[in-house]
Amino acid sequence: MNPQHKTGDVILAAENISLSFGGVKALTDISLDVREHELLSIIGPNGAGKSSMLNVINGVYHPQQGQVTWRGKPRGAIHPHEAARMGIARTFQNIALFKGMSVLDNIMTGRNLKMHANFLQQALWWGRAQREEMAQREKVEQIIDFLEIQAIRKTPVGRLPYGLQKRVELARAIAAEPTLLLLDEPMAGMNVEEKQDMCRFILDINDAFGTTIVLIEHDMGVVMDISDRVIVLDYGKKIGDGTPHDVRNNPDVIAAYLGTRH
Amino acid sequence: MFYREAGQFKTSYAADSAILPIRQDRIFIIALLLFAFVAVPGLASDYLLSGILIPFLVLSLAALGLNLLTGYAGQLSLGSAAFMAVGAYATYNFMLRVPGMPLLLALVLGGLSAALVGVLFGLPSLRIKGFYLAVATLAAQFLVEWVFTKFPWFSNDSSSGVISSPVLSVFGITLDTPAEKYLLTLAIVALMALAAKNMVRSSLGRAWMAIRDMDVAAEVIGIRMLRTKLLAFAISSFYCGVAGALYAFVFLGTVDAQAFDLNRSFQILFMIIIGGVGSILGAFLGAAFIVLLPVLLNLAGQLLHGAVSSQFMSNLEMMIFGALIIFFLAVEPLGLARLWQISKEKLRLWPFPH
Repeated sequence: MNPQHKTGDVILAAENISLSFGGVKALTDISLDVREHELLSIIGPNGAGKSSMLNVINGVYHPQQGQVTWRGKPRGAIHPHEAARMGIARTFQNIALFKGMSVLDNIMTGRNLKMHANFLQQALWWGRAQREEMAQREKVEQIIDFLEIQAIRKTPVGRLPYGLQKRVELARAIAAEPTLLLLDEPMAGMNVEEKQDMCRFILDINDAFGTTIVLIEHDMGVVMDISDRVIVLDYGKKIGDGTPHDVRNNPDVIAAYLGTRH
Repeated sequence: MFYREAGQFKTSYAADSAILPIRQDRIFIIALLLFAFVAVPGLASDYLLSGILIPFLVLSLAALGLNLLTGYAGQLSLGSAAFMAVGAYATYNFMLRVPGMPLLLALVLGGLSAALVGVLFGLPSLRIKGFYLAVATLAAQFLVEWVFTKFPWFSNDSSSGVISSPVLSVFGITLDTPAEKYLLTLAIVALMALAAKNMVRSSLGRAWMAIRDMDVAAEVIGIRMLRTKLLAFAISSFYCGVAGALYAFVFLGTVDAQAFDLNRSFQILFMIIIGGVGSILGAFLGAAFIVLLPVLLNLAGQLLHGAVSSQFMSNLEMMIFGALIIFFLAVEPLGLARLWQISKEKLRLWPFPH
């Protein structure tokens, strides 16, 4: 696949982002942009600031310096729920599912933003509330089919094995029909088959819905195979940005992360 | 259950998300409601109606209110009795000061007043969680009790701070007998329980549970903390407020602020812990356990009448009651509702283990 054919304009630009917690500098003067429809990977050793960068993008952290621009408009310090309304969804490194709820309810919660009935209509289960519930259920069932989790839709998520929980979390994130999907280590701790499935789902989401994806992943094979572009962070600084091929041959990256060639 | 859903196919999402998807369950609930509405008022004695069933229903409603807040939205509260008091005193004053105020409207207004106070004391929930929030809601408990004792205006300047039940009439029918009062309570509780069930199975309930289970993820999905938590406080307090008014006027008749002290809050909290946190059925099971079990133990004690001293008997009742609470919580920490659910799942497969 040639990335030049599919990537569009810049939808999110971060300029000179610096974020620190007390004396710890998590991110130092990082600039990056995300182009529409692309599959961008952020890699780097543990503690490089990858997750912090995602947290800045969806408003969980507010950087001390720098500016995030969303679709050409500078964005102030926003709340995560405002980022969700802009069309940014994410999954978490440590699974952040709603443990007490079924798979179906978890994914339905991902569509909460699409539901507008007020609580009185919901209490009466009447009119708009009921119509919305059924319409959204249909959409959720499409996602359940897409991710092949039909058999577990009524299972409480706490009872599921790890790999399936990761898949349900992906389902919940794409249920919001995001423009930009942030995936924080979606394949961590998975075996080869589960990784293959997850890669296929990520590529399918990117292809079928045109969703822009920012992926954090440690598996270099996966990153180099599926990414359109790779950004490398080390100690909170950006040391590489380019196609997988460029990054693989970038001497800084080789030194800092992939190891030196013998 | 000794029945299974074999042969009942769901052909629409509406059928799949029905409250009672299995036909036998629907028949059972309809029969139960018919029994409660038609047979019980005719068969039960006045003591059974006004001494046991009415308080059971009213406290179920309060427990239901607390369960929406604590069980579903995950916000621990020790202020339930305070919100009940607000509901009772507000209803009383609306009836007293607005001429021709119908009882049902006064109940709704009383509930809304409680909701308003609930929102006020729910504001700290945006910053603090868990046990710390419970301590913050204690402020509601003490402040409300103090206000109703300190300012005689709320009790119409009665010297002892006692408020008495106004004439209870609904649609022109005056409710005098225990059976009529029971029917009013049952109708209100049944409707509000249905409304609660509907709320928790729609997007509002999912937003509450999302906040309870993982608040950061909930916010990232787009759920607004402020609005959702305060709505939980408002709706929960509305339920408690209506329950408080019913407790004051339908059950007790005359009441002062001490009827809504911290012990009452604890009693309601224990109901949802024993019955099942995060379950509509649990509120009823918990209330039944706390209200009915002492009565049953007392009846059992009377069988031994004469054999042991009454002093010893009442102490023994308390000990058995405490032991049963520990037993049920040890068997299933998630409460009686979970126990019921597990036994249904087991019976569905019986006699096979899987």
